[in-house]
Amino acid sequence: METIERAPDMSHMQVSDEIAIQIRDMNKWYGTFHVLRDINMTVNRGERIVVCGPSGSGKSTLIRCINRLEEHQAGQIIVDGTELTSDLKNIDKVRSEVGMVFQHFNLFPHLTILENCTLAPIWVRKVPKAEADATAMHFLEKVKIPDQAHKYPGQLSGGQQQRVAIARSLCMKPRIMLFDEPTSALDPEMIKEVLDTMISLAEEGMTMICVTHEMGFAQAVANRVVFMDQGQIVEQNTPREFFNNPQSERSRTFLSQILGH
Amino acid sequence: MSDTDAQSVFFMRDTMLPQVPPPAGQSGPVRWLRENLFSGWFNTILTICGLIALYFLLRGLLPWFAHSVWTADTLSECRQIIAAKWGPDATGACFAVVRERWTQWLFGFYPRHLYWRPVLTLVLMFVAMAPVLFPGVPRKLMIFSAIYPFLGFWLLWGGSAWVPLGGMAGFVLGYIAWRVLRENRPLVGILVAVVIALLWWLLLAGPVIDLFRSIAPLAIESVRSDRFGGFVLSLTIGVAAIAISLPLGIALALGRQSDMFLIKTLSVGFIEFIRGVPLITLLFTASLLLNYFLPPGTNFDIILRVIIMVSLFAAAYIAEVIRGGLAALPRGQYEAADSLGLDYFQAQRLIVLPQALKISIPGIVSVFIGLFKDTTLVIFVGLLDPLKGITDAVRASIDWKGIYWEPYIFVGSIFFLFCFGMSRYSMYLERRLKRDHR
Repeated sequence: METIERAPDMSHMQVSDEIAIQIRDMNKWYGTFHVLRDINMTVNRGERIVVCGPSGSGKSTLIRCINRLEEHQAGQIIVDGTELTSDLKNIDKVRSEVGMVFQHFNLFPHLTILENCTLAPIWVRKVPKAEADATAMHFLEKVKIPDQAHKYPGQLSGGQQQRVAIARSLCMKPRIMLFDEPTSALDPEMIKEVLDTMISLAEEGMTMICVTHEMGFAQAVANRVVFMDQGQIVEQNTPREFFNNPQSERSRTFLSQILGH
Repeated sequence: MSDTDAQSVFFMRDTMLPQVPPPAGQSGPVRWLRENLFSGWFNTILTICGLIALYFLLRGLLPWFAHSVWTADTLSECRQIIAAKWGPDATGACFAVVRERWTQWLFGFYPRHLYWRPVLTLVLMFVAMAPVLFPGVPRKLMIFSAIYPFLGFWLLWGGSAWVPLGGMAGFVLGYIAWRVLRENRPLVGILVAVVIALLWWLLLAGPVIDLFRSIAPLAIESVRSDRFGGFVLSLTIGVAAIAISLPLGIALALGRQSDMFLIKTLSVGFIEFIRGVPLITLLFTASLLLNYFLPPGTNFDIILRVIIMVSLFAAAYIAEVIRGGLAALPRGQYEAADSLGLDYFQAQRLIVLPQALKISIPGIVSVFIGLFKDTTLVIFVGLLDPLKGITDAVRASIDWKGIYWEPYIFVGSIFFLFCFGMSRYSMYLERRLKRDHR
């Protein structure tokens, strides 16, 4: 919790009534293993949601379903009004509107930082190169590494690489950002710089879903915490309620393990 | 600070002692010898055995090379010269055969007055390869690289220029069709392009070429395929097969990874079949069987048939080498490309292949080197390869009957030159593409 130093500026963090993501009765199996059971969840535009839960509870799988890196077998997922089916057009449309940040950064090692950021805008959005470069530099400044633009990912530290990964997603001007344990592969002193970047993103009103174990981040930024266990959503609540007055036995056990020390 | 130091610290020394060399035996060749050759009784014995072996080897080889004769008309003349100069028991190489017959090893039975054509083709080949191989060369030269296969074909075989132009037109038509359709339906675009090109080549090209030919022949003297031989033949087959097999191998490797059942099955079936069959079988198929299958009267050039078979053979191996490169890529790379909204072809072209090919460079170049050396196997379908075909032809003359080592050394060194060149280029490429900064 000590990683969050400043209180986020909440002035822009308004949640609108517009629905960004709607998940209805969604189920997913890996072979015969039932990973996600009856997931129902609505995310409004501007909401910051933290998904937490013990490992193997299906958190990552859930957010990976939202941009169809994983396929769901039953139920509905509607992102920005587009339903995810096996229709490739819809999938590409959703993916270009939804940015994703991975635990292991997944930067393209054969391209420079700048090229990493401009690749998708140039090829997917058909933005002219000069404009894509300018956008990329804008976001690289935002994540505070413009001077590394012409280096290769292998030359950067983990925290810098993760900030580049965030900038790379932002260059597509997504309306929704997904974070899949963005700080889990980082050394402790680098977690802060990545969280700071995520907080400033939240301050600008980005719709965010974060799978993370950073409870400090959840308390400071999230307006809803979703607790999952064994493929089910056990509890959804405001951070204040969730941390101070957890409703279910499983949430209480989880919180005592993660905060108790 | 330093100023005051210089003034106040009066005991500071102003002359340095001269540098002393390290004790004898601790540096230089002596130390190297001791560490590497005589570091123990076992290594000392090995070193001595090695030196003895080297002595016997050189004792045989050195006089043979030193006594070599470069000007003589026949092998017996060679032997006379050696006997007269170095005594009756002396051995000596007779490189006079190379001096007298080298054109045959290089050009086979290509008409002597047309030697400039293969030479020009070779020179232009380097021009055409430059923009593909080196980043500093202007990209505009790529256009020449695209035209080169047709130009090279025309220069080597001669005949009417309309034939290679007609062949090129098929590619141009296919490309136009693909450009028109690729925005909306990339896969359909590729299919339509292939169909249009095939239709052109099989149905339309013949009459159209005949028509243009009757208007203006644009012909140079034509050379039949059976006049080809030696390194002209090897290089033609080798370079063409390398150029065809790389894209084909990439396509097969991607096909093998595909989710589409039909594409995957076809790719796997093709790769496993080709790899399960010796190259010579394929060459026999090219020379004999294809004639049964093709409609009677079709005159499908034997060298082109061999090029196709060698390309297919190499493509299967390259596909497997590239599959290794693809398997080495972390899944996260695919996911990152997907999550950014890149479609399949963009992801493969921009993210997956650049990395997978880089990993596969040593393997791909090994396949190319093997392919180039395997071009000597065309002797089995009656083409005159430099190693056995031409050597036997030279030996068949009464003048050089019985000559054995010298031609092989000559041919072997030319092969070595090309293969070593490829190997060095691959190392250069690996260094140039190195990005990991580990």
